[in-house]
Amino acid sequence: MATWLCALLGESSYEASLEMLDMSEIQVGDYVLIHTGFALQKLDEEEALETLKTFEEFRNLNKDLDIEEQQHNTRIT
Amino acid sequence: MKHIDEYRDKELVRLFAEEIKKIASRPVKIMEVCGGHTMSIQKFGLPYLLPENVELISGPGCPVCVTSRKYIDQAVAYSRLPDVIITTYGDLLRVPGSTSSLDQEKALGADIRIVYSVLDALLIAKSNRRKKIVFLGIGFETTAPGSAAAIIKAAMAGLRNFFVFSAHKVMPPAMEALIDEGVMIDGYLGPGHVSTITGEKIYYPIPEKYGLGVVISGFEPVDVMQSVLMLVQQIENKTPKVEIQYTRVVKPEGNLKAQQMMEEVFEFRDDWWRGLGVLKNSGLKIREQYARHDAEQMIEVEVEETIEPKGCICGEILKGIKKPKDCKLFGTVCTPTDPVGACMVSNEGSCAAYYMYNR
Repeated sequence: MATWLCALLGESSYEASLEMLDMSEIQVGDYVLIHTGFALQKLDEEEALETLKTFEEFRNLNKDLDIEEQQHNTRIT
Repeated sequence: MKHIDEYRDKELVRLFAEEIKKIASRPVKIMEVCGGHTMSIQKFGLPYLLPENVELISGPGCPVCVTSRKYIDQAVAYSRLPDVIITTYGDLLRVPGSTSSLDQEKALGADIRIVYSVLDALLIAKSNRRKKIVFLGIGFETTAPGSAAAIIKAAMAGLRNFFVFSAHKVMPPAMEALIDEGVMIDGYLGPGHVSTITGEKIYYPIPEKYGLGVVISGFEPVDVMQSVLMLVQQIENKTPKVEIQYTRVVKPEGNLKAQQMMEEVFEFRDDWWRGLGVLKNSGLKIREQYARHDAEQMIEVEVEETIEPKGCICGEILKGIKKPKDCKLFGTVCTPTDPVGACMVSNEGSCAAYYMYNR
């Protein structure tokens, strides 16, 4: 039967049903996406960090290009 | 919330905007299907950051907006029955029907209760056994599994006074219909939360049949900008495909458990969409096996004749042909406090989002 979770977001707390998730894959401390009273998916920490890594690489690539552009005084496209 | 700052990082948004500008060689129109994206795009002013040749247009992804006036009229009719309690998500309340709205009926004494979840409606059914509890089931693949879960629970618990009035719809037929109708777009920003449930496969026909790309996007500004970049790259390289940017919650296969619940309770039927008309197999009807919990089949009611509002161009806005500012009612006769059409009511509606952030 339904299992419940209590989620904290800042000062507020929500109750949501976990029945749409695979209970063997979630544990206390996980982040989940909640929509209209149901947890719809567990937030994939690995994927989230991977996305942030992509952002960081993108930022660094842009920095490198800026430096290169300054050095050669041309616009790289 | 964890990591929220990174996803709202101004510098990153600017860098993505520059990169998009660098590679976009021709004018492109990208449609965001989902009302949540419309809100985020307007809130963070993203159209002003994109180069002139990359345009974002809003699509038919606001559940309240595409729902027919007839549905509102029928909900109003249910609310007038003395033994009925209406339970609904809040944004449906102020949607104008032909001659009334749920809000007006509530003011006149009808028992209409706003719930945050369909599960709250089940609790109301449990503690009001002598009343018929009608839950107004609207929304796409994000909310349909919840309604399905509630119906399954009601059936198991023998809660015979719990009914769902389904206006649930599925997204892909509308996305295909827009292209079939000749609305000129070059790619779709795919809905994030719908896709959490469905996964990516429901969009495969878009690149296969129509040669357009779909990038399933998150809702933060950096998410949206990265997704736009991914789409522009696809367009420039002529490699339309389905990609997931929102990988932290969207799995390629989606949420199988939720899909099974939907499949168990609902079957497809042809359904009417504001702006698009009747689309084949685009609506969800409660299966015969669960007919006992289907308000349409179990509660007979007389519904008034539908009157559409004059001058409202909500339908054309939902198709991306016109923008809210093209409507002569926008911001004058039609405002969020006194809406004429559905697009001005829901937070996710284009008119409401433009009114709030981009007037």
